[in-house]
Amino acid sequence: MQPLISVNNLSVTYRRADASQHHAVHNVNFEIGEGEVLGLMGESGCGKTSIALALLGLLSPEQAHVSGSIEFRGEELLSKDRRALRAIRGAGISLVFQEPQLALSPVMKIRDQVAEVIRAHNDRKWDCCRADAELALARVGFADVRRISSAYPHQLSGGQLQRVVLAQALACNPALLIADEPAASLDARSQSEILALLRELQRELRISILLISHTPEVQASLADRLMVMEHGRIVEQGSFEQLYRNPVHACTRAMLRTTAPARVAEEMDFETVT
Amino acid sequence: MNSGPQSNCNPCGPLLRVSGLGKEYVLRRPFSRKKVAVSAFQDVSLAIFPGKTLAVVGESGAGKSSLARCIALLERPTTGGIELAGQNLLTLSEKELSRARRKVQMIFQDSASALNPRLTANEIIAEPLLIQGEGTKSQRRERALQLMEQVGLNRASERKRPLEFSGGQRQRIAIARALALGPQLLILDEALSNLDAANQELILKLLAELQAAQALSFLHISHDLRAVSEFADEVAVMYQGRIVEWRSARDLFASPEHSYTRELLASARSVDSILLERSA
Repeated sequence: MQPLISVNNLSVTYRRADASQHHAVHNVNFEIGEGEVLGLMGESGCGKTSIALALLGLLSPEQAHVSGSIEFRGEELLSKDRRALRAIRGAGISLVFQEPQLALSPVMKIRDQVAEVIRAHNDRKWDCCRADAELALARVGFADVRRISSAYPHQLSGGQLQRVVLAQALACNPALLIADEPAASLDARSQSEILALLRELQRELRISILLISHTPEVQASLADRLMVMEHGRIVEQGSFEQLYRNPVHACTRAMLRTTAPARVAEEMDFETVT
Repeated sequence: MNSGPQSNCNPCGPLLRVSGLGKEYVLRRPFSRKKVAVSAFQDVSLAIFPGKTLAVVGESGAGKSSLARCIALLERPTTGGIELAGQNLLTLSEKELSRARRKVQMIFQDSASALNPRLTANEIIAEPLLIQGEGTKSQRRERALQLMEQVGLNRASERKRPLEFSGGQRQRIAIARALALGPQLLILDEALSNLDAANQELILKLLAELQAAQALSFLHISHDLRAVSEFADEVAVMYQGRIVEWRSARDLFASPEHSYTRELLASARSVDSILLERSA
């Protein structure tokens, strides 16, 4: 079966002000199948976000030189124009990232912000978009949709905001969701809630996810397969369990904390608490 | 409630004491004259002893960063008091406040935006000395080089600019800068959150070494319980702007009392237990 997205020899090179070049991503190859969750881990600066930006067509020719091939549903994304990419972004491939507070407008009600996304991709009346927005909010687990809909971002907690941003990202039923550190700013409780939600939605809607996160527990919760990057290259790729139990590359070991520090291992066993 | 862990019977008294601290922000509704008071945190009472680490945990939006900024004197609290080594910080003159600021320094989550991208590493680290008018130019430069070594940075990279360093190295620059004036209390506001696991380990190790060598106190604001469990002596749990539990780290992790604390700890599961559940 054809993979949903197939990346071949992808390279991203940024032009610096002094005319030198920074090779952020170097000849990267990977595939994501329908309904699959692919995790991406690596140190900051390894190229993870550049890959996400390249997939979304958010790198202009002035900023970076992108070469190689990105095939989404059999179509080559790198040869598409801005308008075609805008149609895909949000509807075919959509993005959730770390700081929901930054993604949301402080002066618009929650429902209107979700409705705006729907409106951008569907030529429908505003009332229909608002109704669909409320459905999208219900889908991400808000019990009191009415109250959340008419609230402003500053009235919601971090965990709630992350769910709103997720509602926006899923509003147009994308095939691929790119989640860039979706739980990083949340406490453990909100983190496990949002991960459980993502897991449930992923199964229900059969969406594929590219999960970028440097937290092993987040990857463990969701990823089917995992890629580890270092300095713009993929150094190891395989099923999550395989990489966790038998890491080959030093970077994989460092990322997955598979050599847990002795102090943590002996003093802490969260299972026995409560 | 909130009298703190009984283990703290240090006869010298706390380095930092915060009593009934509260902070309210007054916001204006968009397009209207109506003002709304949003409370960031209320009635917070805490104490940090010399050479010890107090962690404050809780979700983002609970008021932790607001609290950190008030203690660092970057903002003025609305109610309550802050005492540093017995001195009431809120009644100081500008001059005295400037002297007090040397004792409390802060390290932020995003080093890339916290450090001036146009200055070199050496200039960044030496800047507090420059601001406080200490030493000659070459003395400041030498002190900055010493601090770089102390935090594990190569002296040879003193002329590099922040974005030429990795995230972990940038946090080391931030730590070196914070140490320049010889502070007694360092506030870490989610300082590890942007780092990957390996770098978090390294920075925690560095901080533990510095604490042992200089009897530094740390106020560690974090939503990451794992990092906190390795490093904190005491933990205060913040929920919706209030401290709901404040105990020694060992007691808190072993037998949490408040229901929110219990939920927090229950959610922090290990990779092994997560994998087990998934395969079921």
